[in-house]
Amino acid sequence: MQQYDTAGARTSRRMTAAEIWQHCLRLLVKYRAFYIMLLPGLLYFAVFRYYPMYGAIIAFKDFQILEGITSSPWASPWYAHFETFYSSPYFGQLLTNTLLISLYKLVWGTLPPIALALLLNECRVRWLRSFVQTLTYMPHFLSWVIIFGILLALFSQNGGWINRWIVEAGGESVPFLTSTEYFRSMLVGSEVWQNLGWGAIIYLAAIAGIDPTLYEAARVDGASRLRNIWHITLPGIRGVIILLFVLKLGHMLDAGFDQIYILYNVQVYPVADILDTWVYRTGLQQLNFSLASAVGLFKSVIGLVLVLGANKIASRWGEGIW
Amino acid sequence: MVKSFEDRVFNGFVYVILGLCGLAAVLPILYVLSVSVTPFGEVLRNGGFILIPREITFSAYKTLLTESNLPGAFRVTLFITVVGTAVNLVLTALMAYPLSRKGLPGRSFFLMLVVFTLLFNGGLIPTYLTVKSVGLIDTVWAMILPNAIWSFNLLIMKSFFEGLPEELFESARIDGAKEFRILLTIVAPLSLPSLLTVGLFYLVGHWNEFFQAIFYVTDRTLFPLQVIVRELLMQSQQPLENAENIMPTQTMQMASVMIASLPVIIIYPFIQKHFTKGMLLGSIKG
Repeated sequence: MQQYDTAGARTSRRMTAAEIWQHCLRLLVKYRAFYIMLLPGLLYFAVFRYYPMYGAIIAFKDFQILEGITSSPWASPWYAHFETFYSSPYFGQLLTNTLLISLYKLVWGTLPPIALALLLNECRVRWLRSFVQTLTYMPHFLSWVIIFGILLALFSQNGGWINRWIVEAGGESVPFLTSTEYFRSMLVGSEVWQNLGWGAIIYLAAIAGIDPTLYEAARVDGASRLRNIWHITLPGIRGVIILLFVLKLGHMLDAGFDQIYILYNVQVYPVADILDTWVYRTGLQQLNFSLASAVGLFKSVIGLVLVLGANKIASRWGEGIW
Repeated sequence: MVKSFEDRVFNGFVYVILGLCGLAAVLPILYVLSVSVTPFGEVLRNGGFILIPREITFSAYKTLLTESNLPGAFRVTLFITVVGTAVNLVLTALMAYPLSRKGLPGRSFFLMLVVFTLLFNGGLIPTYLTVKSVGLIDTVWAMILPNAIWSFNLLIMKSFFEGLPEELFESARIDGAKEFRILLTIVAPLSLPSLLTVGLFYLVGHWNEFFQAIFYVTDRTLFPLQVIVRELLMQSQQPLENAENIMPTQTMQMASVMIASLPVIIIYPFIQKHFTKGMLLGSIKG
């Protein structure tokens, strides 16, 4: 009896293995059109997204261009490049700059869009509302090069609009874009300018999702509009506000490479150089591939941990929209 | 209902602040525009504010379009934008369609592969080495292929496709249509708004192309518009010895900024609602 059972099980297991193959093959044939469609995309992801992840091992090697990724010798000890970075004066400076700029942008990038969304929601004149929306969304589509041009027009030391006024009024021109004193404010200010309207979109959508009967009830009770905002609108979008804040926290190490690379200059490196800009200069300009990769990998790994952590926290606040 | 005094004050406050926000968004661009068309003598005389120029000259634009390498860069950008967006859309749609079919075996594995690239990447240097080993360095394709599919746009398009009713596909399959035909003749026309939205995201991305050129291209004839404009802008960062030189360059710089941003500014109002829709969809489903 028992023997029969095990024998049966064995044969059925053997059958399963063969069947699995057959089954897979059948599925592959049945869905072949879909898999053929997937092929180009998968090829793209394999070459341009996943192969670089393999290539990141040069962080642990002494990369030589002629040898290539695979046959370059391993660094000794394996963490040599990480150690070099950790003990260099750059480590503290880059990390401080990255985190500080991120923090400023986090704070200043959160409150103004919420305020704008509240104002747009209170606006009773339809055309004004959509007009202001159209105008304030626009900067989002301008490249940082364009915004750099606008900043030069307004703030540059020679010929900038503000400095013309200062000089005309008998003052000294101020190097807004080239001094360590003002540069971070320029970064944060231009970021706020670019994303004020765009950032408000999601809060507006969240406000639109608030139950209108709450406002009806409040009006019957004679609540003022300010009280409505404070007691209905803001609590109604609290979940979204916290959610977005936490998700942005997950990207703390991305202080904005695009923006900073285009706006910065040698004079402001001490306050503006972040991990990404340093990786670019060290790797692609000084051709120190392994050291740059090590710093890049360090950033990617910590970034992954931060994002996963943020997502974990955010899912607790999920409140339906996620 | 009679508006209370308090209500009117509140409304006034809202309108004023909103108006200021709108002005803040648009005035800097108008200022750049007016500097770019003001003759430099006028700039000198008025010193400060010229929002509405009294004299208009397009000489800066003329110089840029005839005597600089801007026209060449314009052609490069145009090529990247047109060909790049086409490549993007074809590859993204081809991948998004199978991924949107719930019954596809291995679907969640492929989706995980895509989502993981949003969380982690190999970094700049390994990506550069990849582009180099594929032989794209110093070709126009280096600005198209390494970003041929944005994971985010892929997910947006996938969720658009998921919204199409399954019965549609079933009836087409019963009629004997092959999946490629279904994608081409049923899915694509029905999801035109989504293709438009995603296509516009790609389009603006290509028009603003800067970094892939900086990373992967050293041949100056292949530089796109934004790179050339930045080069023009950088020339003012170093103080020049005599003021005579500064003004013409400043008008020219601002003219170059206008040339590089005008297409986006002009078409933007017409396509704004597609962007907003895509942004909301992306943030809800992503």
